[in-house]
Amino acid sequence: MQLWLIPILPLAGFLINGLFGRRFSKGLVNTFAIGSVVLAFLWVLKTLFGLGGMNAVYTEHYFTWIQSGALTVGFDFSVDRLTAVMLLVVTGVGSLIHIYAIGYMAHEGGYYRFFAFLNLFMFFMLTLVLAANYLVLFVGWEGVGLCSYLLIGFYFDKKFATDAGNKAFIVNRIGDFGFSLAMFLIFRQFGSLDFAHVFAQAPAAPVGLLTLIGVLLMFGACGKSAQIPLYVWLPDAMAGPTPVSALIHAATMVTAGVYMTARSWVIYTHAPIAMDVIAYIGIATALVAATIGLAQNDIKKVFAYSTVSQLGYMFVGVGCGAFSAGIYHLMTHAFFKALLFLGAGAVIHSLSGEQDMRKMGGLRDKIPWTFGVMACASLAIAGFPLTSGAMSKEAILLAANHHAPWIYWVGVFTAGMTAFYVFRALFMTFFGKYRGEAHPHESPPVMIVPLVILALLSLGGGFIKVPDFLRSVFPAVEAPESGALTAVAIAAGLLGIALAYLMYVYKPGLPDAVANGAKGLYTLVYNKYFVDEIYDAAVVTPLVEGSRVVLWKGVDAGLIDGAVNGIGARAKGIGQVLRLAQSGNTRSYATWVAFGSVLLIFLMAVLGGLR
Amino acid sequence: MMGHVPLSWFLMLSAVLFSLGVAGFIFRRNIITMFMSIELILNAVNLTFITFAYQRQQVAGHLFAFFVMVVAAAEAAVGLAIILTVFKNRGTLNIDDLDSMKN
Amino acid sequence: MDLILFLVFAGLAVVAAINVVVQRHPISSAVSLIAVMGSLAVLYLLLGAEFIAAAQVIVYAGAIMVLFVFVIMLLNAGGETKAGRSFVASLLGVPVLFALLAMLAYSTARIYPRDPEVHFGGFRGGTAEAVGRALFTTYLLPFEITSILILIAIVGAIVLARKELE
Repeated sequence: MQLWLIPILPLAGFLINGLFGRRFSKGLVNTFAIGSVVLAFLWVLKTLFGLGGMNAVYTEHYFTWIQSGALTVGFDFSVDRLTAVMLLVVTGVGSLIHIYAIGYMAHEGGYYRFFAFLNLFMFFMLTLVLAANYLVLFVGWEGVGLCSYLLIGFYFDKKFATDAGNKAFIVNRIGDFGFSLAMFLIFRQFGSLDFAHVFAQAPAAPVGLLTLIGVLLMFGACGKSAQIPLYVWLPDAMAGPTPVSALIHAATMVTAGVYMTARSWVIYTHAPIAMDVIAYIGIATALVAATIGLAQNDIKKVFAYSTVSQLGYMFVGVGCGAFSAGIYHLMTHAFFKALLFLGAGAVIHSLSGEQDMRKMGGLRDKIPWTFGVMACASLAIAGFPLTSGAMSKEAILLAANHHAPWIYWVGVFTAGMTAFYVFRALFMTFFGKYRGEAHPHESPPVMIVPLVILALLSLGGGFIKVPDFLRSVFPAVEAPESGALTAVAIAAGLLGIALAYLMYVYKPGLPDAVANGAKGLYTLVYNKYFVDEIYDAAVVTPLVEGSRVVLWKGVDAGLIDGAVNGIGARAKGIGQVLRLAQSGNTRSYATWVAFGSVLLIFLMAVLGGLR
Repeated sequence: MMGHVPLSWFLMLSAVLFSLGVAGFIFRRNIITMFMSIELILNAVNLTFITFAYQRQQVAGHLFAFFVMVVAAAEAAVGLAIILTVFKNRGTLNIDDLDSMKN
Repeated sequence: MDLILFLVFAGLAVVAAINVVVQRHPISSAVSLIAVMGSLAVLYLLLGAEFIAAAQVIVYAGAIMVLFVFVIMLLNAGGETKAGRSFVASLLGVPVLFALLAMLAYSTARIYPRDPEVHFGGFRGGTAEAVGRALFTTYLLPFEITSILILIAIVGAIVLARKELE
């Protein structure tokens, strides 16, 4: 089946563009970059058709990577139905975003570098998805983190961009620590990191250990998928170009955590406490992020918090045992969130760089195609009936209700807020009077066509019945279909849309009135609950200061350098003292000789050498 | 007893002469006098060799003394030549003034 | 008879040695040293070292000491001055000296009651024939080497002491 071709094609694109792209024309760069990803997508299709039913896991073993003592790790790829879904999403949506980026990045410097990094990202993401053991998955995991850092800091001459890149990488690293600990425990308990081995033995392992492993894996997922407490990097990551935000921070990389926890479902189903932890983290994140999104004025920030919130929903699905629902929402979210970001990118592009929604408005007539696709995406995320977002969210909420009803009610409330803030963004951007100074113009077809495709997928993608497809992979969850619950969820969405319409179209003065009325609450929400500031004071500053003052000045310069220099100084001091014996005076030398010989004779006499 | 000398007296004499030579070397400042003290030491050692040759009734001790004498002669020749050179260059025969090897 | 000889010449040797060390002008020390060597020659005879006694007088007292006297006259440096000081020598010198003497005395005195008696003629193996025989058989190698040593010393002395070429 040659699975290795799937990630290698983008890697080849990276190498060619990375090494030689500086001298290529834009067209040539495009050929390699887009071509490699599209070819990878086609190869995915060929592979999946070739595998047919995929009722069993198909594995390809390439070489033994690590052979050390009891640890044997092979570089293996495997494909099952879950992998298939992920592969299609990554390569499909990835291809569309690559095509879009041709138009978006047309006027930017570092063109070839951008596409090289984007291809590298695809390589790592595909490695992550295809991995047959935790370590190869971790290779992809780290690699996408690296590419995220490279691409967030793409405009490397802007400090806030490089800071954001650092923040993303470092916060991810904290999560990776949890992941690493989990891998150590897995190896210690099961003797292997292969999925097949681990999941076969997992049911027999002690529950406490499985819970610990599950929580640690979730901690790693919190870093990569931006959940509480490690979500703080994602809003800042909006400093990168918009295609990056769409591909990495909406559709693919951030979903890696969901994929990984879904893949480890065997561990989680045997550790109910860990699953509860996932569900609680997910719903809490969904709620908090949605509240922050209500008050943001930067269009990309709104969608960033929305991503965090929607990821929370996916984890709710996983945590409530509806793994396939979580993956279902992963797919639909890839469609409409990528579309939202790309559409926002089109808006920003047509306004020549303006991102503040307060300076937008009335763009409905000026950029109608962009408005059209954004409206489709907004309907999908708000849960308008029959859209893809509605169907996947319904699956999750039903499962949540089955697991613990309070999660369902919080989820419904959050869905309402989701609809509200998305349509707030839509109305502020496209309705009313234009409040800015630029000359809005429609984006070129190379950007519009992918948007249209994504819009169609956002609306109709729900009919791709992923839960049914994945039924053979995950254990069945009997969440009863309930018309009432579904209706409540839809109603919450529609209420949100209506409220947004009221506040931003019908009575434009209302938002300011509300904000002034609840000043404290508004300030709190607008400033993201000061979480960044709290982290800075509680964690970052003590670490940096401690490192600088204690470790650097105290230990390194003081102790270690002091000790080493002290030894040197001591040697010098001893030398100074011994130097006094070299008086240059022959008579003193003679005296010392005589003294020495007297000593020797004395020793001989004492030790019996004299006969 | 009359007419016989205990061997240890010769050794004692040798020890006394040796110590006097060392004393001369340590306490005198004139180079030539120090040199002559060295000759005194060498003579004391010669006496010891001869004495032990008598004790052991072997001629080897005499041979040792002979070689000591030869070497002392060579040493005296070269050493005095050096002292002449030093006097020519430094103008002093005081050993305490020749301390350019200080520190 | 031997005892009296020993006492006289040993006493002379010690007195002359003290004089060597104590005199201010080097020429007096040189003459005293000749006296020491002469006394020692007699003592060598007592110990049966005929050849060595002769060599002592001819080589040591007759050649080396003459060399010393010539150099002293050449340099004409005069008596010793009081300048210069060595801390170590003045502090450690006397104690060390006493210790040295004590050690040596102790080592020699240990054999006192049992030591053999020396009388003139007690050892007849110190003749020129005996010495020569040993020199040219057992000690041939050192003999040859010392001849080279003397050659080197001659060359060295000439090189060091000659006038610089203008």
